[in-house]
Amino acid sequence: MAETLLQTKGLCKRFGALQVCRNLDLNITSGELHALIGPNGAGKTTAMNLITGLLTPDSGVLFFNGRDITNISVHKRALLGLARAFQVTSLFNDFSVRENLMLAVQAQQRTGFRFWTNATRDRKLMTSADEYVERMGLTERATVLAGALSHGERRQLEMGMALATKPAMLLLDEPMAGLGPGGTLKLCELIEELKGEVTILLVEHDTQAVFALADRISVLVQGEVVATDSPQLIKQNSLVQEAYLGGS
Amino acid sequence: MPNRKTILNGIGLLFFLLLPPVTQIFGQEYLLSLFSRILIYGLAAASLDLILGYGGMVSLGHAVFMGVGGYSVGILAFHSYESSPILSWPFVLAGTENALLAWPFAVLVAGIFGLITGAICLRTKGMHFIMITLAFAQMAYYFFVSLTKFGGSDGLSLYNRNTLPGIDLGSDVLFYYLCLAVLVIFLIVAHRLAGSHFGRVVSACRENEQRVQVLGFASYRYKLACYTFSAAAAGLAGALLVNQSEFISPGIMHWTKSGELMVMVLLGGMGTLVGPVLGAATLLLMEDILAMYTEHWMIILGPFLIIVVLFAKRGLYGLLTETGGNNG
Repeated sequence: MAETLLQTKGLCKRFGALQVCRNLDLNITSGELHALIGPNGAGKTTAMNLITGLLTPDSGVLFFNGRDITNISVHKRALLGLARAFQVTSLFNDFSVRENLMLAVQAQQRTGFRFWTNATRDRKLMTSADEYVERMGLTERATVLAGALSHGERRQLEMGMALATKPAMLLLDEPMAGLGPGGTLKLCELIEELKGEVTILLVEHDTQAVFALADRISVLVQGEVVATDSPQLIKQNSLVQEAYLGGS
Repeated sequence: MPNRKTILNGIGLLFFLLLPPVTQIFGQEYLLSLFSRILIYGLAAASLDLILGYGGMVSLGHAVFMGVGGYSVGILAFHSYESSPILSWPFVLAGTENALLAWPFAVLVAGIFGLITGAICLRTKGMHFIMITLAFAQMAYYFFVSLTKFGGSDGLSLYNRNTLPGIDLGSDVLFYYLCLAVLVIFLIVAHRLAGSHFGRVVSACRENEQRVQVLGFASYRYKLACYTFSAAAAGLAGALLVNQSEFISPGIMHWTKSGELMVMVLLGGMGTLVGPVLGAATLLLMEDILAMYTEHWMIILGPFLIIVVLFAKRGLYGLLTETGGNNG
């Protein structure tokens, strides 16, 4: 059996009276594409934030690569290999597409504390960034400011940023949200390509895409994992159908 | 091919270089003192631009670093006149009038003060950051007001400027050129810094700090390093200012002075480094000229400032350098 890359044990998070996560247990195997689905407000984004470290859990522990990361800061988790693409795209709008990716490459190469080398003329940085520009299909838009991109292009760049940090695990928070059928298809192909190369935790509303892409699916209802199984078995699971798929 | 920025910067440099002989020809030497102050405030404003324009850290306490640098020089000189040590324990720190010792000391003290206050201030964001920098500024202000040994609120006078081997700082022309050289060197260093790997991370923090962290940068350290460097540069401006006016009082670090520095940055153009120098020149010259006609010169300056900030995104420098096709 393949080894576990990310494990959460009994994660709990409460916002005031609202219990968003209760005893969240997730086991993500190295190399798989694991999808997290659930109705609105089930706590999917909160789970992502807990894993990235943007939120601290009230209780519970997180292991990444066998290491306890519960109390490790956001940037250190990123350096350990956890990358995140956001649901609401958060790019640097005053930076061009290439500059956005160059910053991500810089994070990976750990060259942030160079005070004199001009970053925009750094050949090495530029070549590495251009790899991702090309891969994300943004070659013709490389010098355009991120703020001027279309929604679909922004999603592609967001993915590229996460990839450019050469992560061991990629957290994708609703990458298809707001995309037209063409954009969804393009992104699906991209994710399909990444499968195997990097472990992916995917949160997505588009169930068709999820069932097509995922190796395993966990269903989250009211902050709790009610089932984890292969797509076929999840489809047949009565508990899931009742809670999420509406019994259809 | 040189672009508009290079041309404009060249014209500006030429203007400042040629100013002393021209004022001598026309017998208007008093202008030199005004323009020395413009250069010094330009340095302070450009250093504020590093944290305000690039780092997005809105500080209302930047003048304090000028004050700390200025007082470092002033107190060293004061003890030199009295030939008494500043500290006799745990080590002996004697007073000095030597610029080669006093100025680096001022930079160091201001930098350390920036590092300590920055380490606390940068734990907050937005409005809280503005308020906490203001709080530190007021604390420092009242601290120096209470130092009666060094003149309290009346301030401290120097008998003469610091000494520098080979250069007579007492000469207004030489002092002016020294200020110009310091400013130009600072602008070059700051420009390199802003474009460096480090500078890109700081700029990214301005836009979306959380995202910077998720990429794997310890954003706090980057911002603190930038804040400290900026404070040290403002300390140098303070050291120069004390020498220029041969006087320092706590008034230099009042929060309204920090506000003036911010106005210079906004007026000249945030995130342009050269812009704030232009802003300093505009503000100080308008103040000087308008004050000749009316004591209510702020009534004219205020609306002018509002118009510039409303209609010129990158301030006066932006207006001059950006062509019609402005794409941000």
